[in-house]
Amino acid sequence: MGINPAGFPALFLMTVPILILVALAAVGVAARRAPWISAAVYGGTGVVCGAAVLAAVLALAGRAPPQELLLPMGVPWIGLHLRLDALSAFFLLVVNFGGVTASLFGWGYERAHHGGHDAPPGPVLPLFPLFLAGMNLVLVAGDAFGFLVGWEAMSLASWLLVLSTHREPETPRAARLYLIMASFGAACLLLAFGLLAGPTGDYSFAAIRAHVPDDAEVALVVLLVLLGAGSKAGLVPLHVWLPLAHPAAPSHVSALMSGVMTKVAIYAMVRILFDLLGEPAWWWGGVMMAAGAVTAVMGVLYALMQDDVKRLLACSTIENIGAVVIALGLALVFKASHTPVIAALALSAGLLHVVNHSLFKTLLFYVAGAVLTATGTRDLNRLGGLIHRMPETAVLALVGASAISALPPLNGFVGEWLLFQAILNAPALPEWSLKIAIAVVGAAVALATALAAACFVRFYGTAFLGRPRSAEAGGAGEVGPAMRAGMAVPAVLCILLGVLPTPLLRLFEPAVRLMVEAGPFDDRAYQPWLWLSPTSAIGNSYNGLIMLVVIGLLSVLLVAAIHRRASDKLRRSIAWGCGFETPDPEGVAQYGASSFAQPIRRAFGGTVFHARDRVDMPEPGDLRPARLSVSWTDPAWALVFTPIGRTVDWLTQRVNGLQYMTIRRYLTLMFAALVLVLIVVAVTQR
Amino acid sequence: MSMLAAILYQIVQMLLVLALAPLLTGWVRLVKARLLGRRGPSLLQPYRDLSRLLRKEVVLAHNASWLFRSVPYMMFTAIWLAAGLVPVFTTQLALAPTADLIALIALLGSARFFLALAGMDVGTAFGGIGSSREMMIAAFAEPAMLMMVFSVAILVRSTSLAEIADFMMSGTVGLRVSLALALIALVMVAVAENARIPIDNPATHLELTMVHEAMVLEYSGRHLALVEAASMLKLLLYVALIACVFVPWGLATGSHGSVPGGLVSFVAKMAVAGAALALFETSVAKMRVFRVGEFLGGALLLSLLGAIFLYVSRGCEWWTSAMTPRISWARWCC
Repeated sequence: MGINPAGFPALFLMTVPILILVALAAVGVAARRAPWISAAVYGGTGVVCGAAVLAAVLALAGRAPPQELLLPMGVPWIGLHLRLDALSAFFLLVVNFGGVTASLFGWGYERAHHGGHDAPPGPVLPLFPLFLAGMNLVLVAGDAFGFLVGWEAMSLASWLLVLSTHREPETPRAARLYLIMASFGAACLLLAFGLLAGPTGDYSFAAIRAHVPDDAEVALVVLLVLLGAGSKAGLVPLHVWLPLAHPAAPSHVSALMSGVMTKVAIYAMVRILFDLLGEPAWWWGGVMMAAGAVTAVMGVLYALMQDDVKRLLACSTIENIGAVVIALGLALVFKASHTPVIAALALSAGLLHVVNHSLFKTLLFYVAGAVLTATGTRDLNRLGGLIHRMPETAVLALVGASAISALPPLNGFVGEWLLFQAILNAPALPEWSLKIAIAVVGAAVALATALAAACFVRFYGTAFLGRPRSAEAGGAGEVGPAMRAGMAVPAVLCILLGVLPTPLLRLFEPAVRLMVEAGPFDDRAYQPWLWLSPTSAIGNSYNGLIMLVVIGLLSVLLVAAIHRRASDKLRRSIAWGCGFETPDPEGVAQYGASSFAQPIRRAFGGTVFHARDRVDMPEPGDLRPARLSVSWTDPAWALVFTPIGRTVDWLTQRVNGLQYMTIRRYLTLMFAALVLVLIVVAVTQR
Repeated sequence: MSMLAAILYQIVQMLLVLALAPLLTGWVRLVKARLLGRRGPSLLQPYRDLSRLLRKEVVLAHNASWLFRSVPYMMFTAIWLAAGLVPVFTTQLALAPTADLIALIALLGSARFFLALAGMDVGTAFGGIGSSREMMIAAFAEPAMLMMVFSVAILVRSTSLAEIADFMMSGTVGLRVSLALALIALVMVAVAENARIPIDNPATHLELTMVHEAMVLEYSGRHLALVEAASMLKLLLYVALIACVFVPWGLATGSHGSVPGGLVSFVAKMAVAGAALALFETSVAKMRVFRVGEFLGGALLLSLLGAIFLYVSRGCEWWTSAMTPRISWARWCC
C-alpha cells in the first residue's frame, strides 16, 4: 500500500538513520569496556545526522510530494505508517542539524571530562543516539502509534540522560519531576489522538484527517495538545521541570533537550492543530497566543533570576518557546479568518524562530559546557574574566548572546522582525477581542525581547567580562578544537541566516504552503533572495546584507578617521575603584549576577515573584558582616503545583484506609461495586 | 527620482547628522545655562571638547579586554547608521528600504547592548551599576517605543520611515488620539534614552545617581570622544525621529519640497526641540532610580493604549487593501 515509487528514496533515507542510530546505541552499551567506542558512536551519530540533514534539504528543495511507507511491524493488523512531507522534512532538518553539532561537541566534551567532574561516558553513550532516533521517529511517523512510540523513546532516553549525572544532589529531584511531566504530557497526547481517531481503530494520520470530530471533542483535543506538547515545550505553568532537568544532563545533551527536543513538541502542535484537526476556529489561536505571551514574559523573568548558567539558558528557552507559540497562534487566527497570506507570514516567522532558537540555544549550551569544562562551575557568581582565558569561546559566546538578544544583523532579529510584521497585520481580523489581545501580545513580545537583552548582558557580562570571581575562573584555559568547532558551526550560521534569511525561508516555504495553503512571498518581488519583503506585510522590507555591508563600511571609515586624527597613545593603569588603590583580589567588589538583576527584580519581580531583598545591617560598633538575602517564590509552584500536590496527598490519605480492612469488608465492597456498575450499565443502556 | 541622487542624499545625510549633533548638544547646554541665569559656554564648545578628547592619550584599565576597546567604535557605528536612516531633510534616502523603524530601534538596542557590556568589562562596581540600571530602563523604554511604532505603522501601513513621513505630510491623517498618545510616549522614551534629567543627569559625576555616566566612567581619550559623540548623535536622532514622524513638514519628498527647504526646516525644528528640552530639564527634578519604572511604565501604557485604539478602529478599511503588494518602491535601489 501507499508506496510512492518516485518519492521512496527520500523516506527510505529518513528511515535508515533511525535504525543506524539504534544500532549505534547498542554499540554504545559496550563503551564501558573500550573508550575508543565513544569516538565511534559520536562520529557515527554525527555522520548519520549529517546524512539526514542532507536528505531533508533535498526533500524540501526538490518540493517532493508527501511520501508514505507502511512497515509490517508495530501493532498487529495496523502496521507502522511512516510519512515524510515538507513539514516533517523541515523539522528533521532542525533536529538532525542539532544532532550533528551535538555529536561534534559531545565527542570533545566527553574526552575533556573523561575521569573529570561531569558525567562519565558510560551511561550517556548508548542513550545519545537513541534520543536522536526517538526524535526522528516522531517526525517521520505517519500514525498515532509510531508518533507516541517515538515520543516515549525521546522522553525516556532524555530522562535517563538527565539521570546520568545522578551523583549531583539536585538530579534525582529533577529527573523525578521530568518523568512525571513527561508521563503527563504523553497521557494527554494519547487521549488527544484517541479523540482524533474516533471509534474506527485506524490510527493513521490519513484516517485521522478524514474523521471529523464534533465541537466538544475539538475543544478537548486543542486543550490536550496544548497540555501534552506544551508540557514538553515548556509552556507556563507546565515549564517547571525545564530549569531543573535541562541543566542536569551533560551539556551537549542539555543543548539537544533545550534547543531541539522542544522543537519536536512544536512539531506536534503544528502537525495536530494545522494539519490533522481540520479547519481551525479563531479561539485556538487566541488561547495559544495568550499562553505564548505569558510564557515569553515569565520565561525571561525566570532567566533573569537564575545564577546558574545552564538554568538561565533553560529558562530562556521557555521565553523563546513562548515567542514561537505566539507566532503559531497568530497563524491559526489568520488561517481561521481566511487570510492565508498573513497566516503564512506568521507561520514563517514561527518556523524561522524554531531554526534560530535551535542554533543559538545549542550554541549557548555548548558555551556553558565549555565554561564548565574550563572552570568546573556553572555559578555565574563564581565566573568572570573568561574573555582573557578563553578568547575564542568568548567570541563565539558573544555571537550567541547577541543573536538571542535579537540584535541586527543576526538571525534572531530577522525572526523578531517577521513576527512584528505579522502582528502589525492584525487589524485585518474581524474579531474585536482578538485585535486588542494582539496589541497586548505585541507589547509582551517587545517586553520579552528587551528583557532578553538585559538577561544576556547579565550572562555575558558576569561570565566573560570583569575580573575572575573565583580561583577556578582565574585559572581557566581554552577548550579543545572539537568543542570549539562544535560551537563555531552554529555561530557562523547565526550570522549567515541573519544576513541572508530568504534562502532558508524559501527552502521551507513548502512546509508553510502545506499547512496554510499560501506562501509568504511574492515571486514578482525584486531579487527575492536578497530582500526580505513579504507580500502580506504592510509595504516593508529589510535587508541584512546591505546593513552588514554598510556597518562594515562605516566602521572602516570611522577607524581610519580616528586613527588618522586622534592620538594613538595608550597607557595601562589601574581601574578607578572609588579610592581603593588596588582592586580587590577576589573580584567581589564588582557587580555580580544577583546585583545586576536587582533593578529588574525590583521593577518586575515584586508583584510576579514576590521578590524581596532583605538587608541585615549590623548596628554601628557591631563587627559581624552585613548580609543581603534575596528571596522569591515561583508563582507556578505556589498557585498550581503545590495545591495539586496537596490535593493528591489528601486523597491518598483518604484512600489509605482501604488498605487495612477485613476480608468481610473487602467482599462487601466488591459486591457494592458490582451492583453499582450494573446499575450504571442498566441506566446508560436504556 | 534616481538612484544616484538617493545615494548622494544618503551620504549628505550621514555627514550632516555627524556635523550637527554637537551643535544640538551645545544649543541645549546654552539655553539651559541662560534659563539658569548663567552665560553658558559657546555653541561650539562640544566640538572643542571632542577634538580635545581626541588628542588625549587613552588610559586603559589593566584587565580591559578587546571588547572594551572596540565597543566605542561599534556603538558609534550603530548609532550613526541609525541616525542616517531617519529622514532629516529628504525622504529620498538610498538606505530607506534596507531598514525600517523596527530595525532602527534594534540598532539602538545593539548600541546599548554593547555599551552595557563595556560597562561590565573592567570589573568595577560603577560600571556594573550603570549597566544594570541602563538595561532596566531599556526594558521599559524599548517596548514603549515599539508600541509607538505599532501605532504609527498601523495608521500608515508601513514601518518604513520614508513612507511614514510621506503619509503624514499628505494631510489625510487629521488629529488622532492615538498619535497624541504615541507622541507623548515617544518624548518620554527620548528623555529616558538620552539620559536626560528626570531619569539621569548627563552633567553629574556623583556615582550613585548616574546611569549612563557610570557605564562610561573608565573611558578616556579617543574612546571617550566616540562615546560622547555617539550620545550627541543619539539626541539628534531622537529629535529627527520626532520631527520626521509627527511634524514632517518641510521635508523634501519625491513630489514636493526642496532639499534646501528641508535643511532649513530641520535646523529650525532642532532649535525648537533643543529649547524645549532645556526648558523641560530646568523645570523638573531628577527622580530616584526606582521611580523610573513608574515613569516609563506610564509611557508603555500610553503607547499600548494608542496602539489598541488603532487596532480596533482600523479594521474595515484595512481589510480590502491589505493584500496588494507594495514593494515596488524597493525596486529602484540595488
